[in-house]
Amino acid sequence: MSEKVLMKGNEAFAEAAIRSGCRYYFGYPITPQNEIPEYMSRELPKVGGSFVQAESELAAISMAYGGAVAGGRVFVSSSSPGIALMQEGFSFLCSTEIPLVILNVSRGGPGVGGIQPGQADYYQATRGGGNGDYHLIVFAPSSIQEAVDMMEMAFRVAEEYRNPVMILADGLIGQMMEPVVLPNPIPDAVREGILKAKPWALTGTKEGRPHNVVKSLYLKPEELENRIMEMDLKYQKAKEQLVRYETNRLEEAEVVLVAYGSTARIAEEAMELLAEEGIQAGLIRPISLWPFPYEAFDKIPEKVKAVISVELSRGQMMDDVKIGSKGRFPVGLSSRVGGILITPPEIAADVKKVLGVER
Amino acid sequence: MKPVFEYTRGMLPEETTYCPGCTHGIAHRLIMEALDEKGLLGETIGVAPIGCSILAHHYMNIDMCESTHGRAPAIATGIRRVHPDKIVFTYQGDGDLASIGTGEIVHAAHRGERITSFFINNAIYGMTGGQMAPTSLLGQKTTTSMDGRMQELSGKPLRMAELIATIDGAVFVERVSLDSPGNVRKAKKAIRKAIEVQEKKLGFGFVEILSSCATNWGVTPVKALEWMRENMIPYYPLGNLKSPEEVK
Ligand SMILES: Cc1ncc(C[n+]2csc(CCOP(=O)(O)OP(=O)(O)O)c2C)c(N)n1
Repeated sequence: MSEKVLMKGNEAFAEAAIRSGCRYYFGYPITPQNEIPEYMSRELPKVGGSFVQAESELAAISMAYGGAVAGGRVFVSSSSPGIALMQEGFSFLCSTEIPLVILNVSRGGPGVGGIQPGQADYYQATRGGGNGDYHLIVFAPSSIQEAVDMMEMAFRVAEEYRNPVMILADGLIGQMMEPVVLPNPIPDAVREGILKAKPWALTGTKEGRPHNVVKSLYLKPEELENRIMEMDLKYQKAKEQLVRYETNRLEEAEVVLVAYGSTARIAEEAMELLAEEGIQAGLIRPISLWPFPYEAFDKIPEKVKAVISVELSRGQMMDDVKIGSKGRFPVGLSSRVGGILITPPEIAADVKKVLGVER
Repeated sequence: MKPVFEYTRGMLPEETTYCPGCTHGIAHRLIMEALDEKGLLGETIGVAPIGCSILAHHYMNIDMCESTHGRAPAIATGIRRVHPDKIVFTYQGDGDLASIGTGEIVHAAHRGERITSFFINNAIYGMTGGQMAPTSLLGQKTTTSMDGRMQELSGKPLRMAELIATIDGAVFVERVSLDSPGNVRKAKKAIRKAIEVQEKKLGFGFVEILSSCATNWGVTPVKALEWMRENMIPYYPLGNLKSPEEVK
């Protein structure tokens, strides 16, 4: 088993990607994720991989498509405004069914925003900023350990579904240090088998097979509709197989908090504060943001008085919380934005306001 | 009996969708012939652009992918990292390469990527119906410059080959034209050399191919070739701008 090490989140993500068999990384500097391209530029050449500092995020995502279309295990990272520029590529990778793992170490927006942690890219990640009928598969870790453990799974899911997978982290877990157990590197034989499992990859025909073509253009509406329906089958399968979430003290709850990423850990502290005042709060922590764990909300007991979306954005996830709640409960919001982390007392105060308790 | 001419195995037996008088088809064939002659068809990966030639993969019998608009050189960069020994090229029009994709082409050259970019300069946006390109000539009428391109409004046409030649990472740069059989033969030679530059791992290669768009220029196929000779070649001089010793 691997040893426990103290590591900065961003470096742990990068190392986990390499151990997951990633050999190609393309990136453009942006805070708060600069440690990732820096780490990759140092470490990838040592394992026979390639790092390219792209001229822009548009180029970075295009290089990533190139590397992945050629059969490589490719990883890209950026932060909010850079991820915005990559949307062209995300839509294109989905349409061409090219696997890729994307990490967004998100910060406050809109526009340039700030460089402190944010969760305001929720719509961008789950609704897509690119054009057309497509989805990224999105996972949101709440600790460095969870992010690191997720990495290999993210590559496998991307390759199985032939669709990009996004890990939506935030500046907080990117920048903090925590003890972490790194996964063992995948064996060379497994890594080498990855390319062989991609018969569609562009490797040169050797004049021994018909040429491979990776395409996105379908001028005939019937063909395009068929394409989209085929993609949709995958997305329906993802909804059945990729939903991930955790619940905490749902059975005793009179109020339920919903929070993902770093915010979920803060929400758990707020639950303790509330318990001290005799208010029983439960938690739903979505781990997959797309597909969203709507079914978790069916487990909320009827007696619950309210469900509160706790997020570092102005009610973006709240839309999904409302869909999940199906009108059974009033839905409230507890949030700070602009790069300010919400505190447990602030969450507790918001909960009491929604419950109408003055205690 | 030895045949005097054989259709290259590099081209698939498809009828192209290109308009009468369009030279995309000739450019496709020259590249495929050059690869075929070198026995490289099975070792090559091509990137098609956004533009009329997005469907190049219908005709070129090699592994290929489509690209987002202008990003082909970045895509080729990614392919190159995974396949250090293959031949990798982009095929791009002037809207794709000289407008939306200027960043990608300049930086692929700047990094000295071991790829070849074939740049089809037809002085217009073909696929979208004849709008002005950065390469449209002064006075040239297009659907977005109905009175002719004006310098005050749109500047003077961009000479990409000259621009790329200033970048150290670009080791082979040549401008050729498809207006006449003699020039087509010269174009083929330049394409062969550009591929050799890649085989020998010397750096970035760039071949600008002056081409016609009879449909959007609003002339007959024959007139289009005359128009190239009378208007394009004087502004876009033909010839080699840069070549490494190894392929001279
Ligand atoms: C992002 C984006 N912007 C615009 C377009 C529309 N579009 C399609 S082809 C094209 C330009 C084609 O012109 P050119 O590169 O000169 O190639 P040609 O068709 O003349 O061969 C444009 C602007 C697009 N497909 N994608």
